[in-house]
Amino acid sequence: MMPSQQTNPGIYLDNNATTMVAPEVVEAMLPYFTEQFGNASSMHQFGDRVGRAIKTARQQVQRLLGAELDSEIIFTSCGTESDSTAILSALKAQPERREIITTVVEHPAVLSLCEHLEKDGYQVHYLKVDANGRLDLDQYRALLSERVAIVSVMWANNETGTLFPIEAMAEMARAAGVMFHTDAVQAVGKVPMDLKTTAIDMLSLSGHKLHAPKGIGVLYLRRGTRFRPLLRGGHQERGRRAGTENSASIVALGKACELAQAHIDAERSEVAALRDRLEREILDAVPNSFVTGDPSNRLPNTSNIAFEFIEGEAILLLLNKLGIAASSGSACTSGSLEPSHVMRAMGIPYTAAHGTTRFSLSRYTTLAEIEQVIAAVPPVVAQLRKLSPYWQGDAAATEQRFQPSYA
Amino acid sequence: MWDYSDTVKQHFFNPRNAGAIADANAIGEVGSLSCGDALRLTLKVDPTTETIQDAGFQTFGCGSAIASSSALTEIIKGMSLEEALQVSNQDIADYLDGLPPEKMHCSVMGREALQSAVANYRGEVWSDDHEEGAMVCKCFAVDEVLIEETIRANNLSSVEEVTHYTKAGGGCSACHEGVEEILTRVLAEQGRRFEPSSGPAKAPERQRVAVGIPVMPARPQTTQQTIQGRDHAPTAPAPAPAPAPAPDLGETERSRPSLSNLARIRRIEQTIESIRPNLQRDHGDVELIDIEGNDIFVKMTGACSGCQLASVTLGGIQERICEDLGELVRVLPAQAMARSA
Repeated sequence: MMPSQQTNPGIYLDNNATTMVAPEVVEAMLPYFTEQFGNASSMHQFGDRVGRAIKTARQQVQRLLGAELDSEIIFTSCGTESDSTAILSALKAQPERREIITTVVEHPAVLSLCEHLEKDGYQVHYLKVDANGRLDLDQYRALLSERVAIVSVMWANNETGTLFPIEAMAEMARAAGVMFHTDAVQAVGKVPMDLKTTAIDMLSLSGHKLHAPKGIGVLYLRRGTRFRPLLRGGHQERGRRAGTENSASIVALGKACELAQAHIDAERSEVAALRDRLEREILDAVPNSFVTGDPSNRLPNTSNIAFEFIEGEAILLLLNKLGIAASSGSACTSGSLEPSHVMRAMGIPYTAAHGTTRFSLSRYTTLAEIEQVIAAVPPVVAQLRKLSPYWQGDAAATEQRFQPSYA
Repeated sequence: MWDYSDTVKQHFFNPRNAGAIADANAIGEVGSLSCGDALRLTLKVDPTTETIQDAGFQTFGCGSAIASSSALTEIIKGMSLEEALQVSNQDIADYLDGLPPEKMHCSVMGREALQSAVANYRGEVWSDDHEEGAMVCKCFAVDEVLIEETIRANNLSSVEEVTHYTKAGGGCSACHEGVEEILTRVLAEQGRRFEPSSGPAKAPERQRVAVGIPVMPARPQTTQQTIQGRDHAPTAPAPAPAPAPAPDLGETERSRPSLSNLARIRRIEQTIESIRPNLQRDHGDVELIDIEGNDIFVKMTGACSGCQLASVTLGGIQERICEDLGELVRVLPAQAMARSA
C-alpha cells in the first residue's frame, strides 16, 4: 500500500506516535553493538568504556531536563515502565495512603494501571477536562489530602498537544505533602524544562518520542523522594532498576537529548510555524472542521483537526494512499469500539470525534511536505463526505434528514 | 494497521453504488453510536416482482464499513426481497474475502440496514435487537455482551466452559483475564463467587480438550493413552478425564441405543452434515471417515486443520452426535484411528 521507499519515502506527520531515529543518534549508538559490547558493571576495560559512555548519556539527559543531579536519572525500558514504576513505588512506599489523583485524558500507560489499581481497592480520582481539554484546578486542590499517595498528570496530551499547568500543580501537591509524577513523554524536547526549580518528584520520558530508538525510557526521581523499585535484582541504576543496562540505547538517548536541547528553540519557532500554516490552510479550505484541544496552549508540533461527518480511519487510508502518514482518534483505528477517550472527555460530538485527525510534525518536517498535505487533505475529506449520509451536496444534512436507529 | 484483504481495499477505494438512489422506495437507516458507524441504504424495488432493481449506500464509517456497504449493494442488486433477507453478515464478509474480527460489526450493520430497508418498503417498523459490547476475544471476535449472556443462560462458571460455548479464549488465551473478570461479575450478580479452579479443568489441558471423552471407565487404558497428546507420555494410569460438558441424557437413554446399524450411521452422517455449514462459515470443514463402535473418526480440513480450536470443535461435534443418537460416543481425529486400532 505504501509507495516504495525509492519512489516516494512518504510524508511522516505522526511524530507523536514515534519519531525517526536521528542519523547522529544511530551513529553514536552503533559501536555499542560491536566493539563496545562490555557490561558496564565489569571491572575490566571492556566494561569501563561502556560505563563511561552511560555516565555521559546520563548527564546529557540531566541537562535536557534541568535536573539537579545525574543520579536522579534512572534508565528504564520505556515510558510505560517509568509510569508504572513511579505510581507503584508511591503506593508501596506509603501503604497508608490509598488514593491517587490523575486525569481522564491520561495515556493508557497511566489510565489502565489506575483502573487496575481500583480493583485492588485503591481510590482513583480522575480530574475532568472542559471542552478545550483544560483542567479545573479548584477541583484538583479540593482532592489533595494526606490520603493521596501520588498525583500523576501528563505534561502534554498526546492527542491534542494540550499542555497542563504541571509546575503549578506540582507546587500545589508539595504544599499538601503529596508526591507528584508527570508523564512527560510528549513534552520532553518540545517544552523547555528546569526540573531543579520545580516541585516535580518524578517524571517519565520515552526515547522514541525524541528521535532516539524504541525500548529506552527514563524515570526522573528527585533526590530524597521515597522510592521502591519495580524490578529488583542487580545493583544497576543504584539498585533502583535492576537489569543489565541497554547500553547502546542509553548512549543513543543521551545523544538524542543533546540534539533536542540544541533544537528546542527551532521546535518552538520553525516547527510551530509549519504546524500553524498547515492548520490554517486546512481550516480555510475544509468547511465543518475545527481544532480540538486548547490551540493557545499546546505543543508546537501538534494539530488535531476534527472533520465532521466522516470517519478517521477512512481519512487515514486515503491519506496513506497518497503517502501521507497521520493518526486518528476514531474508534476504528484503535481496535476498540470506542472513539478516543480524550475526545469524549472534551465532549466532542461523536460525528466529529470519529473524524479527528492528528498531524504531528518534527524538526525533520519540511515546508514542501506541508504544502503537499495542504493540497491533499481537502479532496480526501470531500470524497468521503460524498459517501456520508450526514452530508448533502456541499453542506451538512439537516438533523431530520438522517436519523438512523441506533444500536 | 488493519490487515484488509485486497477486495476490501478495492471496495473502499472504489466503492460501487455510492450515493442515494433518487427514486428509492425502500430506505434503511441504521447506526451504532458506540462504534461510530452509520449507514443509509436506498433501494429501488419493483413492486410487481419485489426484485431489487437498484441499490445505493451512504456510509459514515471506517474503510471496512464503506467496503461492506459497497459489497452489500453489489450482492443484493437483482435479488428478490426474500432472497436479499437471506444474506447474512458472513456472506458480506465472505464477498470481501474476509474482515478482521474487530471489523465484523461493519458487516452486521450492512445486514441490519437491509432488514431496515425491507421493513420500510413493507410499511413495517424495524427495531434492532442486536446489542454489541467491547471485543474480548480477538481471535474469534467474541464480545462482552455475548459472553455475559452465554454465562447467564448456561450457568457457566469457568473459563473453559466459556470457551466451549462461545469460542472466546480458545485461541491465544490472552483474553482469559478479561473472561475471568466477566465471570466474576456475572457470578456475583447471582450471589456466587468465581473460583478459578472450579469447572472441568482438573485434567491436563491437552488431554481434556483433545479428546473431550465422556466418562467411560470401561475403555481399555491403552486406547486413552494413544490419543493423549504426543508430548504427554503418561507414566501412571492417566487421571480420569474430566467429562466434556456432556448433554444431559436421561438414564434410560444412556443404555443401549435402539437404532439399527444403518440408521445409526445415517444419523451420524446427518448430524455431521448439519454441522458443516458452521465450519464452512469459518472456512473449515469436517468429513466422516469411519465408525468403530463408540468411536467416530473424522477429518478436519480447511481452516479447521491445524486450528488451535480443532479439539474444542471435536468436542462440540461429539456433543451434538451424543444428543442426536441418544448414546455416548467419542469423536476422534482420523489420525487417532491407526493408533487406537
